[in-house]
Amino acid sequence: MIPAAFDYARPETVDEAVRTLADARGETKVLAGGQSLLPILRLRLAFPDLVVDIGRIPELRGVREDGDKLVIGAMTTHHAVIHDPLVRQYAGLLAEATAEVGDPAVRHRGTLGGSLAHADPASDLPAVVLALDGELVAAGPQGRRTIPARDFFTDYLQTALEPDELLVEVRLPKTAAADGWGFHYEKFHRVAQSWAIVGVAAMVRRDDGRITESRIGLTNMGTTPVRAEATEAALVGAAAEPDPVARAAEAAADGTHPSSDVSASPEYREHLARVLTRRAVLAAARME
Amino acid sequence: MTRISVKVDGTTYEDDVEPRLLLVHYLRDRLGLTGTPVGCDTTNCGACTVDLDGESVKSCTVLAVQADGCAVTTIQGLATDGDWHPLQKAFHEQHALQCGFCTPGMIMAARDLLEENPHPTADEVRLGLEGNLCRCTGYQNIVNAVLAAAGNGSAHGTGSGQEKGQETSVKEAAV
Repeated sequence: MIPAAFDYARPETVDEAVRTLADARGETKVLAGGQSLLPILRLRLAFPDLVVDIGRIPELRGVREDGDKLVIGAMTTHHAVIHDPLVRQYAGLLAEATAEVGDPAVRHRGTLGGSLAHADPASDLPAVVLALDGELVAAGPQGRRTIPARDFFTDYLQTALEPDELLVEVRLPKTAAADGWGFHYEKFHRVAQSWAIVGVAAMVRRDDGRITESRIGLTNMGTTPVRAEATEAALVGAAAEPDPVARAAEAAADGTHPSSDVSASPEYREHLARVLTRRAVLAAARME
Repeated sequence: MTRISVKVDGTTYEDDVEPRLLLVHYLRDRLGLTGTPVGCDTTNCGACTVDLDGESVKSCTVLAVQADGCAVTTIQGLATDGDWHPLQKAFHEQHALQCGFCTPGMIMAARDLLEENPHPTADEVRLGLEGNLCRCTGYQNIVNAVLAAAGNGSAHGTGSGQEKGQETSVKEAAV
């Protein structure tokens, strides 16, 4: 399979990339790691006039600290995220979930920003960044703006990014084990390297055997990643034990509108959300 | 057309290519390096795996223009002075193939795995090769071969490597 012909630009700075996007006429696609875009182009599900390759912009790669935030460049590969010591220390959930994305070769090319900007509700990382209360920084002709994760994902494969904006970095509040945080990503899929039928990203903060705060992101339970807000509320003050957690997890699918496809009906997805939320919260709550 | 310069198996090539040209087609159709096959063409099977600047990639999911300025190693670049790479020897000795179509990708992915984890367990080998599919269901001997190449089992398929592999297959059958 061969993609339809397109023009190709390879800017070397963020400013040049934004100018290229702003000046473009016709349909334009940003090429990050290409692990979603190239299959789409090969299948001719998209026919961009221009592909803007942001793979050679050094300022888009890497992880750094900024006060109480961890800042991850949009073009940081999954492989780099998994092995980054700062990510492991301050955003362990992201490292754990990223190891579940695709396979080693895909993780060498695929990037955090590319996955988020593609906004497939079945991909793992949007729900994780939502559970981490992340913020996404977009660069455009008017400068930069910060978009909370809960406002970023607007619909199936749709985000708050304007056509002339580029996702440049992801900012995550630091969550460390020393502050009582435990985490777990529970993914349910048919075979290795397949998409999540449902996934649950759980952050749980404990104090003296009780849950004081939780943040739960759901993968593939609607056209965007969503938070299991009813379960989050029910967990506040609950003992970090199987029964109270199971009761709170009964509300995990409340307010969701999961899709039906060859893998699962909406009802089955709701069932999975409850079961996987119980497992994810318990695993997070029991983390040493 | 876009001008690219790519080092493939030690030789530098300069070519004008269409931006839409996939790396695997560049290797096969322009350079004649047909040792790297096109398998599924959907980023699933891993048959087209090559090394791009030190990391395994699926060459059906990389544009040739993205490899500009990079070094590519294919299965055809592994032997030195006619001597097979240890993984090539192990795949031969362990009979780690039936039809052989997945073999170049399996070896390139296993090479990447062993560079990151020189002494993997059988489970780690299976996880490391999760992006490579064998339709002949020959995984058992593939795992044995990778363990043998890593020095975790003897070259004749006996010893700890094979035993570990068998344990894993029993576990998976039970699931």
